[in-house]
Amino acid sequence: MSGTAIAAAPSPPHLRPRWGAAVIRWLRANLFSSWWSTALTLVLVYLLLRWAWGFVDWAIVHAVWSVPQTPKGPDPTACRQLQGRGACWAVIGDKWRFILFGQYPYDWQWRPALCVVLFIALYAISAMRRFWRRELGLLWIATLVVIFALMWGGFAGLGFVPTNQWGGLPITLILSTFGLAAAFPLAVLVALGRRSTGMPVVRVLCVAYVELIRGVPLISLLFMASVMFPLFMPEGMNPDKLLRAQVAIILFAGAYLAEVVRGGLQTLPKGQYEAADALGLGYWQKMRLIVLPQALRLVIPPLVNTFISFFKDTSLVLIIGIYDLLTAGKVALADPAWTGFASEIYLLLAVIYFLFCFAMSRYSHGLEAHLARARTR
Amino acid sequence: MSETNEAPAILLDRVNKWYGQIHVLRDVSLTVAQRERVVVLGPSGSGKSTMIRCINRLEEHQQGRIVVDGTELTGDLRALDTVRREVGMVFQSFNLFPHLTILENCVLAPIHVRKMPRAEAEELAMGLLKRVRIPEQAKKYPGQLSGGQQQRVAIARALCMRPKIMLFDEPTSALDPEMIKEVLDVMVELAESGMTMVCVTHEMGFARRVADRVVFMDRGEVVESGPPATIFEKPETERLKTFLSQILRGH
Repeated sequence: MSGTAIAAAPSPPHLRPRWGAAVIRWLRANLFSSWWSTALTLVLVYLLLRWAWGFVDWAIVHAVWSVPQTPKGPDPTACRQLQGRGACWAVIGDKWRFILFGQYPYDWQWRPALCVVLFIALYAISAMRRFWRRELGLLWIATLVVIFALMWGGFAGLGFVPTNQWGGLPITLILSTFGLAAAFPLAVLVALGRRSTGMPVVRVLCVAYVELIRGVPLISLLFMASVMFPLFMPEGMNPDKLLRAQVAIILFAGAYLAEVVRGGLQTLPKGQYEAADALGLGYWQKMRLIVLPQALRLVIPPLVNTFISFFKDTSLVLIIGIYDLLTAGKVALADPAWTGFASEIYLLLAVIYFLFCFAMSRYSHGLEAHLARARTR
Repeated sequence: MSETNEAPAILLDRVNKWYGQIHVLRDVSLTVAQRERVVVLGPSGSGKSTMIRCINRLEEHQQGRIVVDGTELTGDLRALDTVRREVGMVFQSFNLFPHLTILENCVLAPIHVRKMPRAEAEELAMGLLKRVRIPEQAKKYPGQLSGGQQQRVAIARALCMRPKIMLFDEPTSALDPEMIKEVLDVMVELAESGMTMVCVTHEMGFARRVADRVVFMDRGEVVESGPPATIFEKPETERLKTFLSQILRGH
């Protein structure tokens, strides 16, 4: 039996290397492996520290946090004297309500504020798996009705506020929540229609829809919805501008999401369809119970990617004069007292957008991990 | 075997099928009686899988008639539903639904197609999982099971629809050798219970033991058919002799 090795007893387990040692090894291998690499690392670290110190200096050390109020309004002299050496956070203290709620009547701004809270609560509840039941759909409908009732008012002592006075964060949340909530089912239907072999007419329509909408920038679609659409409507039948923008966003998002969903449908092995057919499941049963649950979880990362990009794309409604969060920030800057303090306001806007997008991203990560655990392949 | 006055379970009458220009089924005629067990043999590309997949219309035939349990398969969707309810199928690659547990895999079709109450469906499914000897795996997902276990679940899943006919499309070809027996044992037991079965397989031992009839296909045609003893001991055609010598060489 020469040439055959037999292990009589299992070999003893090797100790796993210590964590600290691993870090040092990693640093050495990746950042300090050669003379050239070491120099580059040091230069970059220096630039990074310089920049970070500059930012702290501007944002905290030399910053002005508030300015005195005069009868004619805030007096930004203290900020002007900084000449850019420090941040003027007073502009946010003065303007935050306009940025968040736009031209909504000042005394009634608790209503959009409550709407934002309701939206966030709705997202949080929908994110928890233990609430994934049929009732969740009802909760969505109920909450959205309440949100619109609050925004419009006109009953029970709440004053009426037309949509052209709505603005800020509620507009961004309304456009993106309704946009994605309506675009997603539309996208699933279009993706299924595009793959259906039995109905050529449906397929051609779906392909035409996706290709037409994808071939046009969102801005031109919004512009058409805002300017051209009313021209072709009979006199007096003119849907609300916000509604028209909303429909344009739904159609646009639907086309993109449909392609993402179609990608998921394509990765599913043919055997899954055949097994469902062989068991006698009908088309919609097969899609609802077998195909979509698998296809959709495969495309969670690109779906969330599209969600995030659409959340930010809603800011394009500024070109048709709707005051979303970003536009409200821009308009706040037009106040002569505060011209020139754009960095502070855009920083605030960036933080708000980032919080929402980052929450989406983390959530999708968690969801993916959870679903992967449920079925170890 | 069947009584003469009983309608056949499956009737294929001069069935033809083409993939583009390729003629994959040529005038295939086959009658399977009630409670008959038929094993279909043949080299790869002989059309045996295509033939068995035409019986529940996973593939469409273009010429000829296929009648399953008295229902002719045409373009009619209702006829198709009727046939698929009565015909269970087991695939080479199992095709379990990976996002559902074993039990959910089994109760899905009874609940949604047969409209059976969930409790009753679960009881039925647990009974069948016991019969294929894996009731303890009911709460697991398919990815956590071995190939042999998955294929036994697939058999139980098909049986949950209480089919009159079972089709097996190379059920052991994707399995590791040590798992083939556990699946064949289940199939033998099923055969002994009187199920009508059509089975595409290369397992000669299984064919000898349970088949009432062995059908040999080559290049889209049925070349020979008869009891296993005759087919294996006294092959008449050159094609069958060549095929048998090729597959028996390894045994």
